[in-house]
Amino acid sequence: MGKLYDLLLEDIRFEEGLNACMNCGVCTAICPAAEFYNYDPRKIVDTVQSKDEDKIIELLKSETIWYCGECMSCKTRCPRGNAPGLIIMALRGLSQELGYFVESEKGRQQLAIKRTVGDWILSTGYCVYLDGITIAMHPEQGPVWEWVQDNKAELLNRLGGNYKGDGPGILRKIPEETLAELKRIFEVTGGMERYEKIESFSKTKAKEMNLELTEGIDNEYFRHIYKTNNGTHSR
Amino acid sequence: MKIEGKKVIWSEYQKEIADDNYFYVRSCIRQNFFPGSEVAFLRIMRDVLKKDVFEHPCHTTCSGIGYHGDVVPVETAMTVVARQFSLMTEAGYTNYVPSCITSFGLYTEILDTWHHFPEVEEKVRRQLKKATGREFKKPENLAHASDVIYKFRKEIAAKSKYRLINKETGEPLKVVDHIGCHYSKMFPSKGVGGAEYPYVLTGMIEEWGGQIVDYPERRHCCGFGFRQYLVQANRGFSIACSKEKFESMKPYQPDMIITNCPGCPMFLDRWQYVINEMEGKRYGQNGEGIPVFTYEEVAGLVLGYDPWDLGLQMHQTDCEPVLKKIGIEYSPEDKYNLAIIPSYSDSHKLINV
Ligand code: SF4
Ligand code: SF4
Ligand code: SF4
Ligand code: SF4
Repeated sequence: MGKLYDLLLEDIRFEEGLNACMNCGVCTAICPAAEFYNYDPRKIVDTVQSKDEDKIIELLKSETIWYCGECMSCKTRCPRGNAPGLIIMALRGLSQELGYFVESEKGRQQLAIKRTVGDWILSTGYCVYLDGITIAMHPEQGPVWEWVQDNKAELLNRLGGNYKGDGPGILRKIPEETLAELKRIFEVTGGMERYEKIESFSKTKAKEMNLELTEGIDNEYFRHIYKTNNGTHSR
Repeated sequence: MKIEGKKVIWSEYQKEIADDNYFYVRSCIRQNFFPGSEVAFLRIMRDVLKKDVFEHPCHTTCSGIGYHGDVVPVETAMTVVARQFSLMTEAGYTNYVPSCITSFGLYTEILDTWHHFPEVEEKVRRQLKKATGREFKKPENLAHASDVIYKFRKEIAAKSKYRLINKETGEPLKVVDHIGCHYSKMFPSKGVGGAEYPYVLTGMIEEWGGQIVDYPERRHCCGFGFRQYLVQANRGFSIACSKEKFESMKPYQPDMIITNCPGCPMFLDRWQYVINEMEGKRYGQNGEGIPVFTYEEVAGLVLGYDPWDLGLQMHQTDCEPVLKKIGIEYSPEDKYNLAIIPSYSDSHKLINV
């Protein structure tokens, strides 16, 4: 049995998500990502089930594992009770642990997610946070969002929020002691280690690609991974 | 499938929803995009239904978007969630009510994992203790905030000022429901009505006078897909999914869309704007878009709450056509007036009123 398969087995989601796939393709038929991308969840389950080490490494370095939207529609329909979406999550976890994620365009985007959502969780206590959802990064938010951004304090007050205030309520300031608890949880449970791995593998890759990567989101590498789409992913 | 057939399915999925004393946990996404909806939920629960709802100032992100963006490992997410349970335990509550569907899905998934793998739960308990010194009890009842509104839909109807009926024609408004994928696709028995034909929003709409429209892509995901929206390069997936839904619902001429997810009301709202910018195409009637609402916004309108207190000015797709159809009295000129003091009490801010 392969070493990588054993590592996957350590992921609880893997154990929950895979029981003898019969290759029926029901998951692919329902999958919204398979409709849009060159993607087939059935094949991924099949490859993993084969326990073929080389093929699993190929998968961990591939674009394929990053196409899933984790909607879990596949879980509802699979006659074997499998959840290809959960298997994908285990594969993505391992790809980041081993640093293979930087070998694909879609995988490299993990740094962009880490430096937005990932960092907001620890710095603000929210997974998304008003101040970070800028029009520059989210042009699709439209003119209304420009108005929201220009008037956020007054608007939240108008609507009964508690923006940056003490106590309970909408977008309240999360107390320092609470943020410290979150950070400790990340340290104790491997969250911080995951963040550090994403950072350090990305740094090496940025050097190799000859792209400047400094702190934050205002640098070449971040812009590159956030915006590049080579056009070969979708149908 | 005929409605009769669905009723049979629905009756198989009757979940238990606590009837008072709720520990309320906010959604990060909704606080940013639909703050008025969470305020409306608390107003309805406290002022209209006279229920006890507690909000702990120290609750945080559940880390769900980080978890589904695959930057937060599963053990970390479980321990963050365990900390939220510990706040509930500390406050003396047992009925846990998250505002967020993604979060509700995560709680459901975690409780299920702990049920099947008690050693995982034990490890999380040790890790939480080590990191924060905290201990916790698991919730006795877990219900999404939309489950709770569903439970009290008749009480809300009894106190309603308006019904979801076209004032001119007397016909019920045609409503499309969109249920968050993570509400019941993973664990059908945890959602009202199950995964294939969820009843949670349909029940509200029918009770409040509207008519639900069935259409082919009803259960298709809105296309959030976490990383598929969070990263700009991937947003083509997100918009393509939403577009598929719009194309599929258009022939049924819906008057409005109702949702119970953190992301979908925003995506279904904003992608209509983008599609119109890109292709000059609109999906509603009279060359307009289809207004998209959260279930709290709809409940608030039915109860006669001011549309601008509900935060409807934060929608990109104009919601006023629906207000006019129902015949809601409101001042269009106050839409962007931020000097207005809300017309309701401050009860939504208080702890344990
Ligand atoms: S639906 Fe289930 S059994 Fe069928 S191919 Fe997909 S994972 Fe395998
Ligand atoms: S979870 Fe992933 S694989 Fe499963 S249906 Fe959704 S997009 Fe497809
Ligand atoms: S899943 Fe919902 S509550 Fe959890 S972090 Fe995200 S938006 Fe916040
Ligand atoms: S419908 Fe959209 S926002 Fe809602 S759960 Fe599915 S992907 Fe998430």
